[in-house]
Amino acid sequence: MTTAIAIKDLTKTYANGFEALKGISLEVEQGDFFALLGPNGAGKSTTIGVLSTLVKKSGGIVEIFGKNVDSHVYETKLDLGVVPQEINFSQFERVKDIVMTQAGYYGMPRSLAAERCEKYLRKLDLWDKRNDRSRTLSGGMKRRLMIARAMMTEPKLLILDEPTAGVDIEIRRGMWKTLKEVNAAGTTVILTTHYLEEAESLCRNLAIIDKGAIIEQGPMKTLLAKLDVEGFVLDINGELPATLPQIPKVDLQSPDSHTLVVEKPRDLPLNVLFDALAESGITVRSMRNQTNRLEELFVRLTAKEQAA
Amino acid sequence: MSNPNFTAFKTIARREVARILRIWGQTLVPPAITMTLYFLIFGKLIGSRIGDMGGFDYMDFIVPGLVMMSVIQNAYGNISSSFFGAKFGRHVEELLVSPMPNHVILAGYVAGGVLRGLMVGLIVLAIGMAFTHVRVPHPLIMISTILLGAIIFSLAGFVNAVYAKKFDDIAIVPTFILTPLTYLGGVFYSVRVLPEWAQTATQANPIFYMVNAFRYGLLGENATDINIGISYAVFCLKKKTLGALGLWLLKRGTGLRS
Repeated sequence: MTTAIAIKDLTKTYANGFEALKGISLEVEQGDFFALLGPNGAGKSTTIGVLSTLVKKSGGIVEIFGKNVDSHVYETKLDLGVVPQEINFSQFERVKDIVMTQAGYYGMPRSLAAERCEKYLRKLDLWDKRNDRSRTLSGGMKRRLMIARAMMTEPKLLILDEPTAGVDIEIRRGMWKTLKEVNAAGTTVILTTHYLEEAESLCRNLAIIDKGAIIEQGPMKTLLAKLDVEGFVLDINGELPATLPQIPKVDLQSPDSHTLVVEKPRDLPLNVLFDALAESGITVRSMRNQTNRLEELFVRLTAKEQAA
Repeated sequence: MSNPNFTAFKTIARREVARILRIWGQTLVPPAITMTLYFLIFGKLIGSRIGDMGGFDYMDFIVPGLVMMSVIQNAYGNISSSFFGAKFGRHVEELLVSPMPNHVILAGYVAGGVLRGLMVGLIVLAIGMAFTHVRVPHPLIMISTILLGAIIFSLAGFVNAVYAKKFDDIAIVPTFILTPLTYLGGVFYSVRVLPEWAQTATQANPIFYMVNAFRYGLLGENATDINIGISYAVFCLKKKTLGALGLWLLKRGTGLRS
């Protein structure tokens, strides 16, 4: 399997002395759908900035499809499509012109650019808006326009920095579908997001970055399996008794008289919990996960870092 | 198969022209109105009382200077506002992320500045022709001077835009440097009317060479205060210096990459 991105000992210290990256190393395989997660200010956008050359690295080696970004500037940029966190197209230009211009910057002939313009504006549901000034688009449309613009060159590697931030759930799910299709067609996708449910649903591998260092990385399934506890919210029929049952290794909380919040070891069968609740006369009407699993892992890992 | 760099160059130039035409009320109309007023007031009303300047009717004498002044100010203003606007609106990132080499980015923006300079120059020249009977004895010198002037001041505008951090920064240079240099560069008078020390000081003003070289092309060799060869040497030096500075700034990523 070819490596899409190989980062070794990447460091970045900004002019004001802030050390954004403290020697991170990372590999992303070709064809992967990879999540780069971390709290605000962790170094995600700086890492993406270095990959897209908008941020000058202080040290380390970065390779895209085996080519060093310092010595093969042209080739590495040709393979890359970037959807930044902030809206960065001209607010005065028409939708069609924005994507056509992007193609032109990559040296694409106008006939091919026109074909792709229609293809990707249709795919992102923006074709009807092609002659509108970009400033008249809604927030979700602007985000989709940035994806369409990045796709114009059909890059081998697509990097998305919080592409669904501030987008409603319906549009977000539409964007997930598009990104899954893009990835299924062979494009390596790297995603940073604050919606961990998004990362869990889309990505196969992930890295968690905090305070400029990678604190965890690997396949999503393996990392999620590391969670040793899991939490559930139980809706109860009737009212809870005044005293909650004591179940070994299980933490029970009652935020109100009809709800139980349970935290139990992953290896403890649910039957043990339900039997104990039934013995205490508690009937469970419904049950749901307390948080999504990735969120739980993320919180635990970053909390550990804080403590350290 | 077309050359990708040439396609990229054309894309920037096309985008710049579209911008110039989209905001024509700000880019093309004001110089036309201002210069018509200059021709009417300085040329027709005051000029008739001045008489000759440098052996020419005053109205004829100021036409080349006013055309050159418009070209310089508009070439400079186009690139400084457009490139700074791209920085401010962050769409400069589209360029920086693309595989386009720095010289193509610079050439594309300079082409935009030159095209606006030429558009405005043609408008002002057409207005000037309505007031005068200029015969253009050296069209090649006229064209090359206007082109070089537009290129040089586009490059200067680019450097200004790269360093600018706020909109005020792109207004300071035109207001406090470019306008005084233009007015003191022999647009409205021949340096021969100045005292010796002022004539010497004027030699350091690059706009003086442009105005005079353009006047040479438009009115003939008797209309100029300087040697045309020296003017071209100054143009080439300025163009090379500013071009190299622009490329160096792009390579360093000054004001563009963190």
